[in-house]
Amino acid sequence: MIEFILERANYWAIIGLMMIGLYIAFAATNMIKRLVGLSIFQTSVFLFYITLGVVSGGTAPILMGDDIGGGHDTGAGGEGGHSALQAADAVLVAGGGSGERFADLANVYSNPLPHVLILTAIVVGVATLSVGLAIVVRIREAYSTIESDEVREIDLKTAAKQADDVPPVPTEASA
Amino acid sequence: MIEFLLTLAPNWALEHAAPLLVIFPFMLAPIVAVLPNGRLAWMLSILGTGAAVIFSLILLGLVQTTPTGVVSYAMGGWAPPMGIEFRVDALNGMILLLVTMMAFLASIFSWPTVLAEIPTRKRALFYSAFLVCVAGLAGVAITGDAFNMFVFLEISSISTYVLVALGAGRDRRALPAAFEYLVMGTIGATFFVIGVGFLYAATGTLNMHDIAQTLPEMTDSRTVQAGFAFIIVGLGLKAAMWPLHQWLPNAYSYSPSFVTVFLSATATKVALYALIRFLFTVFKPDFAFEQASFGLIFMPLGIAAMVACSFQAVFQTDVRRMLAYSSVAQVGYMLLGVSLGTMAGLSAGLFHLLNHAMIKGCLFMAVAGVVLTYQGTHVRDFAGLGRSAPWTMTAFAIAALSLIGVPLTAGFQSKLQLGYALFDQGMWWAVLLVVFSSFLAVIYMGRILEAVFFQPPANPRKKRQEAPLLLLVPLWVLALANIWFGIDTELPLGLARDAAASAFGLGAFR
Repeated sequence: MIEFILERANYWAIIGLMMIGLYIAFAATNMIKRLVGLSIFQTSVFLFYITLGVVSGGTAPILMGDDIGGGHDTGAGGEGGHSALQAADAVLVAGGGSGERFADLANVYSNPLPHVLILTAIVVGVATLSVGLAIVVRIREAYSTIESDEVREIDLKTAAKQADDVPPVPTEASA
Repeated sequence: MIEFLLTLAPNWALEHAAPLLVIFPFMLAPIVAVLPNGRLAWMLSILGTGAAVIFSLILLGLVQTTPTGVVSYAMGGWAPPMGIEFRVDALNGMILLLVTMMAFLASIFSWPTVLAEIPTRKRALFYSAFLVCVAGLAGVAITGDAFNMFVFLEISSISTYVLVALGAGRDRRALPAAFEYLVMGTIGATFFVIGVGFLYAATGTLNMHDIAQTLPEMTDSRTVQAGFAFIIVGLGLKAAMWPLHQWLPNAYSYSPSFVTVFLSATATKVALYALIRFLFTVFKPDFAFEQASFGLIFMPLGIAAMVACSFQAVFQTDVRRMLAYSSVAQVGYMLLGVSLGTMAGLSAGLFHLLNHAMIKGCLFMAVAGVVLTYQGTHVRDFAGLGRSAPWTMTAFAIAALSLIGVPLTAGFQSKLQLGYALFDQGMWWAVLLVVFSSFLAVIYMGRILEAVFFQPPANPRKKRQEAPLLLLVPLWVLALANIWFGIDTELPLGLARDAAASAFGLGAFR
């Protein structure tokens, strides 16, 4: 039982962070805090992907030792880079199925693909956060508050005022 | 016409149409951003979206003429399961045509409203964000890679938040609306990415076609089921599936008029496409877990959206807000069609998707014309407009009738198809609910039409003031399309049927 829990320590952390982030994003009234919650939520997903990429006993996915330039492709010199790419390919396929190329490698590597994906997702997260912060700055300028409940109250007042000032209804005669 | 275009197109266009469709508006965006002049930016954005329309027509032609009905493009020469694949079949060929066509019409129409609503120094940047949004939406529709879809989804969403927030010049409530949209949209996209992660963990690939090949062996896997659930919730948020639609009414009613026109016709449609792609191509409808979700989730939620949001629309006093709620209700019709899990149901849903884009595009364009000339979106601001702006309001009335589903309009045809699909499954009660919801549409659209045509004008001193010609042309194109496709359904219904067939994996075309 304890083993079951400890083996999945990463996943527990991810679930915890995810719930904390989601809760803050929904429950906080301060808009900056909501963005912080959103960022925590996204970060937990980054952790999730990185954890997926781990191969037990694997090392960082940089070819080393016997794997460089050797193995399945005996290309020399200029072709070294090419064969390294192919070897990297082989590691990528490892999850998918074509096992024999994976078996060619002397060392065990972690799966680098999720890490690459998460680099993209981090960029997306940064972009979202910056747009969000920019909008919060504009809200602060327009409403002089960044509490969403106060903003809502101001909006309700505006709406009520708009509904009240009905222009005089012209009659057929005046038209 | 498509065959003619294919013979006319140069070889490079035929070969690289898929990436060019996305890249062309994308590359124009930074150029447009540094332009000093808003008018030049507008022309370039017409050019960009116009080129996208041509590329999507070429793609559709290629899809219809190739025997497999699939155009696949390996990005950077990396073969598909490893590299990113752009994969076009009848389903997303249709969506691409819809998105690019609506973007083209909307950008032609945009100039007068942008002139009125966006400050001078922001106009070029505004068009830049618009082009990024178009590229993102087209990317979501065209890509065959699940993670790539997430990236494009976020590209389009982030630019959408910016576009919505720019409505602040007219009404500051655009800012909280954009913020709310940002929080909800980001949560939706993150849910989607979690789901994709689960699928990757289970299958070891991100190519959607490849995932679809490996999934049937592991339908009982808890990982796959969790991934399915996350993806449905995430895309449901983006598509404004009922109870997840809370961001939509505010975002639609406070954003600049042009943005509302464009978003209402494309953004939720593309998200809905992504949902259909996952429901029918990646997961197959015979996946037992999915069968249950059709009956227990999509059908009740679709019906609830249809009825509840139509009710909410009845009580709105702001025309744009009313139309926004009606949009959520119409998404309900599409979901109801999809949830049948049959070919007839899916093609009815897709058919309604096409028609609804035309209807809502037309309605919001007409409202934009009113905003431009009378600066008001309250129902009472519409009083008497039938006399002072007859051309704008006649188009509005045509689209309104189409939304209600009056015979001889496009809206009627898609409701008819939905009715056929429902009767096939013996669900006559759902047909009754569709009719009931249409009656609610009569009430809320009727309120506006009554004000427009039968009430004295709110401000009698203002005489005839029609919307500018630049606005009237795309407006009438859409209005006439509503009538044309209400009488001759061959083109859209054919597209929708082919799309449904290819979603069900029936490779043979026609």
